[in-house]
Amino acid sequence: MDAILFLVFAAIAVICGINMVVQKQTIASALSLVGVMAALAALYLLLGGEFIAAAQLVVYSGAIMVLFVFVIMLLNAKGEKNPVVKPWGKYFGAPLMLVFFGIMSIVVQRYTPASDGVVFGGFRGAGPREIGQSLFTVYLLPFEVTSVLILVAILGAIVLARKEID
Amino acid sequence: MNYFVLALIKTGIVVGVFMHVLAYLQWIERKVIAHVQLRVGPRRVGPHGLLQPLADVIKLITKEDMIPSHVNKVFYYLAPFVAVLFALISISVIPFGPQVTVFGVTTNLSLADPSIGILFILGISGMGVYGVALAGWASNNKYSLMGGLRSSAQMISYELPMALAIAAPLLILNTLNLREIADGQAGYYLGFIPKWTIFQGPFPQVISFFLFMIAAFAETNRIPFDLPEAENELVAGFHTEYSSMKFASFFMAEYANMVTVSAVATLLFLGAWHPIFPAAYGSSYIPALIHIAAGLVMIYHGMNPARPFDRITLPVFGVLFIGVGSVFALAAAGPGVVSGLGSPMLTDAVSALSQILTPLFWFCGKVLAILFVFIWVRATLPRFRYDQLMSFAWTFMFPAALINLFVTAFLVAWF
Repeated sequence: MDAILFLVFAAIAVICGINMVVQKQTIASALSLVGVMAALAALYLLLGGEFIAAAQLVVYSGAIMVLFVFVIMLLNAKGEKNPVVKPWGKYFGAPLMLVFFGIMSIVVQRYTPASDGVVFGGFRGAGPREIGQSLFTVYLLPFEVTSVLILVAILGAIVLARKEID
Repeated sequence: MNYFVLALIKTGIVVGVFMHVLAYLQWIERKVIAHVQLRVGPRRVGPHGLLQPLADVIKLITKEDMIPSHVNKVFYYLAPFVAVLFALISISVIPFGPQVTVFGVTTNLSLADPSIGILFILGISGMGVYGVALAGWASNNKYSLMGGLRSSAQMISYELPMALAIAAPLLILNTLNLREIADGQAGYYLGFIPKWTIFQGPFPQVISFFLFMIAAFAETNRIPFDLPEAENELVAGFHTEYSSMKFASFFMAEYANMVTVSAVATLLFLGAWHPIFPAAYGSSYIPALIHIAAGLVMIYHGMNPARPFDRITLPVFGVLFIGVGSVFALAAAGPGVVSGLGSPMLTDAVSALSQILTPLFWFCGKVLAILFVFIWVRATLPRFRYDQLMSFAWTFMFPAALINLFVTAFLVAWF
């Protein structure tokens, strides 16, 4: 059951990811990205990370992607008209990518310790309480640094936007 | 009992009841608005227009399903599905009552009980906007596009104060699980003040409740926040190009969202299924009293009918209501009444009734009261202007929710 669910959602994530790159319409790409995010949330849920799954759903597929779709609709971004596809990229790219993924999977297979498959419900300790505890004790410094980083980014965005208005 | 069989039974019941509630919410809305405006509302189809939802459904199904030639087909078909899908999913985590034991089977009165229930609802309701936004974009019509744009901008803006308003009671109750949220509001101060979060110390969440309700109106695109379909500016906004069942599915999504939001407000602020005063003072007899009183009033008006048809319909409904009321009375009296009859089956049945019906009545009563407020506001208030809507969200709602959260956090840490 777990394996089937994993395969289903992993397939959805991969197909949506490929679709995102292949699609010529911007809004279709954005929606495929939503699909990827939602499938990832389901995978987190399968791993037992309920809180992370919900956060993924709220933050990425909810807030951020809605903003993406909003901007695409607002600017009325048209799809690519005549995408320039180099012939060598078309005919050599796909086989090369297959080779790359093959090598990567062999390396991962060879050099990572063998472990059992993930069992649903087998992992506890990613609840909101545990995450809050570790954020405010062990990882307090990285947490605060990240907050400052985000604050700087927000200030930067405001400064840039103001310049444009003037 | 087998887990899957139990889940199937519960799902069947919830889906059946939920669909009928959605259909009849339309009837209630039309009736209430009509009476607010001194009209009578629908009363041609069936007694007092009670079969109007059925007539509406038949009309909408048999209407021609027009597809304009200029739309983006894929997203045009996808949008109503997305809207309805995400509107219906969130009901699956809402608990309607406490844990009950019926004929030896212990179960929760909810479909699923995840430990992050409230976050799940937030996430799913955030996804719901794609239906509206896509419908606006795919219709390839400037008014629809404006509707979709407004909807997504409004959703992003009001999700923030809504999440902050939800966070404040969560600080007091210290859990994200909806069942534990409800259990945290059991009990009474001084024996009669209910420990609902809008009354609970250290900081009663009244401000939070009002902010949540305002944000909920905006999230469900209801008046005064129904800018996405403002008919005086945008024809009908995002669903201008839709017809037949596709058109109806947007309304179904809107009503489903209303029910979900009302249920969340009930769970978070109004003490879920805990009655307004303790059972020791006889609160379990309230449902029976209300139903029997309503039945008696109906029979009285049937005896002195305002219209000839009322002589038949009102007494019938009166008798029905008194019947329901006596079932509630039996539930309130508990299994002790029938234990003398020596039938264990009957005792079990009455015990099941008393465990399920009374909490269910309080929960549904509160949800219906909030739904009534939704309809009442729609009949009363005009629509916001778009810039007012945005500045209201960012300059009033957001700071107010933030201050409320700070005060709550401070007081929770203090006491």
